Amino acid sequence: MNDLIKAFENRKSSKNKFKIQRKISKASSVKTDVPKGLYEQCPNCKETVNVKATIENNFICKSCNEHFRVRAVDRIKITVDLGTFVEKGHGYITLNPLFQDGYEEKIIAYKEKTNLDEAYIYGYCEINGMPTVIGVMDSYFLMGSMGSVVGEKVTKSFEYALYKKLPIIIFTASGGARMQEGIFSLMQMAKTSAAAWKIAEQKQLYITVLTNPTTGGVTASFATLGDIILAEPNALIGFAGPRVIEQTINQKLPEGFQKSEFLEKKGFVDKVVHRDDMKDTLGKLLLFHRRYQ
Amino acid sequence: MDILAKERKVRELEGKIAELDNEELVKKLEVEIKRYKEETMTNLTAWDRVLLARHQLRPTSLEFINYMCDDFIELHGDRLFRDDKSIIAGIGNIRGNVVTIIAQQKGKSLEENLERNFSMPHPEGYRKALRLMKQAEKFKRPIITLIDTPGAYPGLGAEERGQGEAIARNLFEMSALTVPVIAVIIGEGGSGGALALGVANTVLMLENSIYSILSPEGYATILWKDATLASEAAEAMKLTSNDLEEYGVIDRIIKEPLGGAHFNKEETFRNTKQAILEELHNLKRFTGIELREKRIKKYRGFGFFQRFNYDNLKGVK
Repeated sequence: MNDLIKAFENRKSSKNKFKIQRKISKASSVKTDVPKGLYEQCPNCKETVNVKATIENNFICKSCNEHFRVRAVDRIKITVDLGTFVEKGHGYITLNPLFQDGYEEKIIAYKEKTNLDEAYIYGYCEINGMPTVIGVMDSYFLMGSMGSVVGEKVTKSFEYALYKKLPIIIFTASGGARMQEGIFSLMQMAKTSAAAWKIAEQKQLYITVLTNPTTGGVTASFATLGDIILAEPNALIGFAGPRVIEQTINQKLPEGFQKSEFLEKKGFVDKVVHRDDMKDTLGKLLLFHRRYQ
Repeated sequence: MDILAKERKVRELEGKIAELDNEELVKKLEVEIKRYKEETMTNLTAWDRVLLARHQLRPTSLEFINYMCDDFIELHGDRLFRDDKSIIAGIGNIRGNVVTIIAQQKGKSLEENLERNFSMPHPEGYRKALRLMKQAEKFKRPIITLIDTPGAYPGLGAEERGQGEAIARNLFEMSALTVPVIAVIIGEGGSGGALALGVANTVLMLENSIYSILSPEGYATILWKDATLASEAAEAMKLTSNDLEEYGVIDRIIKEPLGGAHFNKEETFRNTKQAILEELHNLKRFTGIELREKRIKKYRGFGFFQRFNYDNLKGVK
């Protein structure tokens, strides 16, 4: 392992152009699902919508109630009490264990575009006055895929909650394990699941909120291990992607398959919660699980 | 020329031997075959190993179990939905050690494969595995898992019954077991479907097995948009036993006979049994809690990244 890291350093020392960022507040104009311009067509219902009003409406289409994907920073803004979020565990550098061509460049481009150091951020926050640890995945960073750094940060966030004896809430949004890092990504599934077990052992509350999309290796590890599993309406949640299933069974999938409402019906999600009610629901759950000292 | 072409040539020569009755010629040919195998089958490429891991004649879990166990009783069902035939589970006796064995079973023929669902388990298979692992923990039996799957089954029913949840639950519970867990990758170790039985104190791997996050074909399609580059992908993915041992993902390689496990099954089984017995002996000296802590610590260490140390950067900015 150490030899590999050394080899990597030698190879890349001249190319090191990562920026140091301590604050996430300046997250910039990354492309989102919300249409650009003043008035645009909603990609779901084809209705003309006011873009600014949509953003103010928690990134929800006013006519069809479609929940657009939200960047991690915006998610924190609409979920936690104003000014209480303190980011922890910043400054990880993604390496290239399989020496994939162009992988580092891709990561750097995403870093610059999203102002995040990886597809996951976590920290301390308060929700309706209740202190908690919050972790949010960002699906705009390489589809929120879980490589070594995301796995490490998820594990760190569990350990931080363990150390502070706080509940932990994780918003998932991911295409799964990151292919570019090969077997290391796979091992992150075991690593994060073991970290979730440690939280469970100490009887600390762990809530997951599944948002669009949550698939693959993330569904098959920490995302479905919460004590309480919430989901946003009409989010894609599943293990295999819809296209893979269609290819395997050679037929079209039924309407609404692998959507949150479907999972709620099948018993794999505790409750589908509208984005407007998310903060209050989380606040209530935290209140119910408050520990008196 | 890939390994299968070489194997065809060896088989051809062997066929010739069967036809001959001249003893001297037979001996000469046998030497010739041995020389040819040693020359061409020693330094295998990653793609060769992929082909061997998927070989039609490669020994399946059931053959391993039959050879290794003096006694084996198969137990069925997850107590929730049904019995999944792609996972064989039960209690066995390996030279006096009573163990729980959980194995993914491929078929030898098409009918068998249809019955075994090509060794692609449904959620109920993983739940059966979990049930029996919990049972093993209750009765303090070591657990041995044999991994041989292209991946968890991606189908309608599997999704409806929570494939992701089943795998996650296995990872969660396996990491906390208080009995020795030994995983042996005997063929294909495909993605989460393999890992769901692979969170172990010791991970062994047959020399020509593979263990990867997805198939080389899938990797080539997703990253390079070209499924025909599978052999290059196999090379790039570092899925062979040697690479994985270097990374620390597996702990020990089990030697295979020249040309793959199916050339001499007896030898493969013997080596595997020997390795399992040795590892069982090694793990016996730890208590349950130690085993759990060691396992969690081991998986906690996986990752390939660096972290900026802000203290070292003072004055730079």
